[in-house]
Amino acid sequence: MSTAPAIRDADPEAQAARLQEAVAAALDLAKQEGATAAEAAASDATGLAVTVRQRELETVAFNNDRGLGVTVYVGRRKGHANTSDTSPGAIRDTVRAAVSIARFTEEDPCNGLAPAELMPATLPELDLHHPWPIDVAQATQLATNAEAVALDADPRIVNSEGADVETHRGCRVYGNSHGFVGAAWGTRHGISCSVIAADDAGMQREFEYTVGRAAADMEAAEAVGRKAARRALARLGRRPVKTGTHPVLFAAPMAKGLIGHLLTAIGGGALYRKESYLLDSIGRRALADGITLREHPHRRRALGSAGFDADGVATQAKSFVEDGIVKSYVLGVYAARRLGLATTGNSGGVHNLVVEAERKEPGSLLRDMGSGLVVTSLMGQGVNLVTGDYSRGAGGFWVEDGETVHPVDEVTVAANLDAMLKGIAGCGSDVDERGNIHTGSLLVQEMTVAGQAA
Amino acid sequence: MKSKDQESRPVDPFVEARGALWDAGELYEPDILRQLGKLAARGIDTGELFFQLARHESWTLEDGTVKSGAFSVDRGVGVRAISGEKTGFAYVDDIGPSALADAAGAARAIARSGDAQAARMPTPARATPRYASIDPIGSEPESKGESNKVALLKRIDGFARSLDASVREVSVSIALDHEVNLVLATDGTLSADIRPLARFGVSVLAERNGRRERGRGGGGGRFGPEWLFDTTAAEGYAREAVRVALLNLDAVDAPAGTMPVVLGPGWPGVLLHEAVGHGLEGDFNRKGTSTFAGRIGEQVASPLCTVVDDATLPGRRGSLTVDDEGTEGQATVLIEDGVLVGYLQDKHNARLVGTRSTGNGRRESYAHLPMPRMTNTFLAAGSTDPGEVVASVRKGIYATSFGGGQVDITSGKFVFSATEAYLIENGRIGAPIRGATLIGNGPEVMQRISMVGTDLALDEGVGVCGKDGQEVPVGVGQPTLRIDEITVGGTRA
Repeated sequence: MSTAPAIRDADPEAQAARLQEAVAAALDLAKQEGATAAEAAASDATGLAVTVRQRELETVAFNNDRGLGVTVYVGRRKGHANTSDTSPGAIRDTVRAAVSIARFTEEDPCNGLAPAELMPATLPELDLHHPWPIDVAQATQLATNAEAVALDADPRIVNSEGADVETHRGCRVYGNSHGFVGAAWGTRHGISCSVIAADDAGMQREFEYTVGRAAADMEAAEAVGRKAARRALARLGRRPVKTGTHPVLFAAPMAKGLIGHLLTAIGGGALYRKESYLLDSIGRRALADGITLREHPHRRRALGSAGFDADGVATQAKSFVEDGIVKSYVLGVYAARRLGLATTGNSGGVHNLVVEAERKEPGSLLRDMGSGLVVTSLMGQGVNLVTGDYSRGAGGFWVEDGETVHPVDEVTVAANLDAMLKGIAGCGSDVDERGNIHTGSLLVQEMTVAGQAA
Repeated sequence: MKSKDQESRPVDPFVEARGALWDAGELYEPDILRQLGKLAARGIDTGELFFQLARHESWTLEDGTVKSGAFSVDRGVGVRAISGEKTGFAYVDDIGPSALADAAGAARAIARSGDAQAARMPTPARATPRYASIDPIGSEPESKGESNKVALLKRIDGFARSLDASVREVSVSIALDHEVNLVLATDGTLSADIRPLARFGVSVLAERNGRRERGRGGGGGRFGPEWLFDTTAAEGYAREAVRVALLNLDAVDAPAGTMPVVLGPGWPGVLLHEAVGHGLEGDFNRKGTSTFAGRIGEQVASPLCTVVDDATLPGRRGSLTVDDEGTEGQATVLIEDGVLVGYLQDKHNARLVGTRSTGNGRRESYAHLPMPRMTNTFLAAGSTDPGEVVASVRKGIYATSFGGGQVDITSGKFVFSATEAYLIENGRIGAPIRGATLIGNGPEVMQRISMVGTDLALDEGVGVCGKDGQEVPVGVGQPTLRIDEITVGGTRA
């Protein structure tokens, strides 16, 4: 192995200063080109990703992504342009392109920057920057360890799609013509493993992953491999189920998706386009009693933390749903103006959204369910947020009298999302914190499960 | 589809690409050959430099006004070094001598490689063009009739609203892409490709008696936007969006369980893409992770099925004059009369299994590694009258449009979600049904295709295929066909 650097070593402060210069240059040029207001965001990210498959190094990839995006307003007209090249000439061309576009778009009274008083005066210390000083050889060793544990777990683990070890660091600077400039830098590392178990009935692939801002926040590579193997082996021995209506327990990683659909449905874009089953839902029920959705944007070292949103608006802790009742939409400044409301500091989405509820042990949730389906994988795009119609491919386990009896594959689960979420009968203590939505398993009272058994 | 520019401006893709990439980056042949030489060292089987300029322009109308437009430029180089099964990859968004040297050095880290070798510039390859080497955007954003595009969006907004009083919201968008690619590799490849891509979409929301439904229409391909200005195609897409939204306002709950399903022609060809296409990609089959691995020569579908991946169809969204590794686009028969006869290969996987690339090496951009990917994938026409196919079903569903699909190539299970479907009762098309997901196992479902119609059609040109986080434009197609039994995920058990 030669000694190429793992990833370009960058002093985050110096990196932020360079990006700030690019943003300032873009904002100055926008003004010169006739923009009445402008905002710009520049980013620089580097990373290393190593894949090991069948105990051999398969891929080493170095990433290096830079970009600058400029939005200009000429009165109430708007134009946007992006470039990967942040040289002075390219910035000038990009600003000109944005201004040129703004000449052709039409006036929209909702266009414009967020009010200056909503920008943060000081930025919270979020502790998101924890570089992982790992080189290709070390990353390869960790990936090898993860995969080896999985391959050696059982003779029925017959193949592998490999194990990955990744480390990324990046810096993003946002600025606008109110004079606000904010920098955010952070790291993100991950280990994943995907293996294939087989029996006479065929092959089943499963994967497991861990992710963190700091290497110390991740699970051990060996644990990732062990879980991947366990998950793949558990898929063997599937039996068909009969079509009927049953309770369905969404395992925590799948439950995130259900909460994600709800957040999209109370999101500004869906609401002002009327593409939501939750129009005019403030004060109305969207989830079962006892469930609260709260975001914590300033949580230290968390994956979804941010001091300001994509409009430069200060983020703050708040609840969107309390005891099942919608208290706030998820809004950026444009959508908020469209709806005649104030921005909630969520341009770009929510930050560390936690599903709060009475948490039950997974075993106790299964006993509450009695007989039904535990969903551990979902496939396809069959969610219509205009109507709430939900129909997706699913795999998981069949449960009888609170006991898991066999894996289930190739079924569909269907119902109306609104009824599903209002009918949640329990939340698990098995909270999945890998990502921006933190929830335990969610027990949905009734869905149509379509299967192949006669 | 032909564009106006096509006849008047013949260009040499290589000369154009060299100007837009090497000359613009002040990169001269000696610098390039020095880096190529590093990748020709002992211990490295193949080295490749992929230079790309990608430009994008889009305009969107909502609420009757064209309120946003966007323009982007991305230029960079991806460097790949291959040693056995190992790949080293690095990329930079800067086409200059020092950035290129950094990337080549990093990619080489994959192997304990020897000293750089002297490299020579190969002769540029020429391939039969499958689309015109045009720029659908123009060199500056103002140069190609922005006011025409804005006027078009407004015209279609008004047209969609005029079609029915229950149309509440209309959004119309146009997106144009221009890619200039140049591949130089140690295997003697030097190839350029200039790719236009246009996509137009209309989405409407209709409301009646408190019920709301959405409908979509759209089309595109590898050409400029002229077809929208010169014909009534755009009105056709709007009419389609309104028709689907109105239809779904009357939809009843979909049935649940296994039943016969008739799929209409065109876009439902997403069936082939998911049920067999991905499973026949060379990487999965080399690694033995696909349910179709090691099954060449076996009957994997009913004898009525012949499945082809064809990059050579003129101007189609998935078409490629040359792929992203410089291999000429071609038509590859995957399944012939139900028998598995071929896989889709890129150079890397083909070399490892001792065969040739089928011209299916594709990458989303210079910042992504190439992989075997589909282009335009379709089921060949059969001999049954489409009406007879529907008439043969006593109780089942007839699906004519889908929102998309997904496959697990290891188990073979796949889903696709209907956005326009009807009940079939006693051979007659009945009430429209709410969207439902269909799920099956690729090899099993392909064996259950019992009738294939004469009405082969390709989709309108809006498909996007995702694999390992990389998106590429694709086409799908099929004639009307009958699947004797598949699981339908409705709510009515």
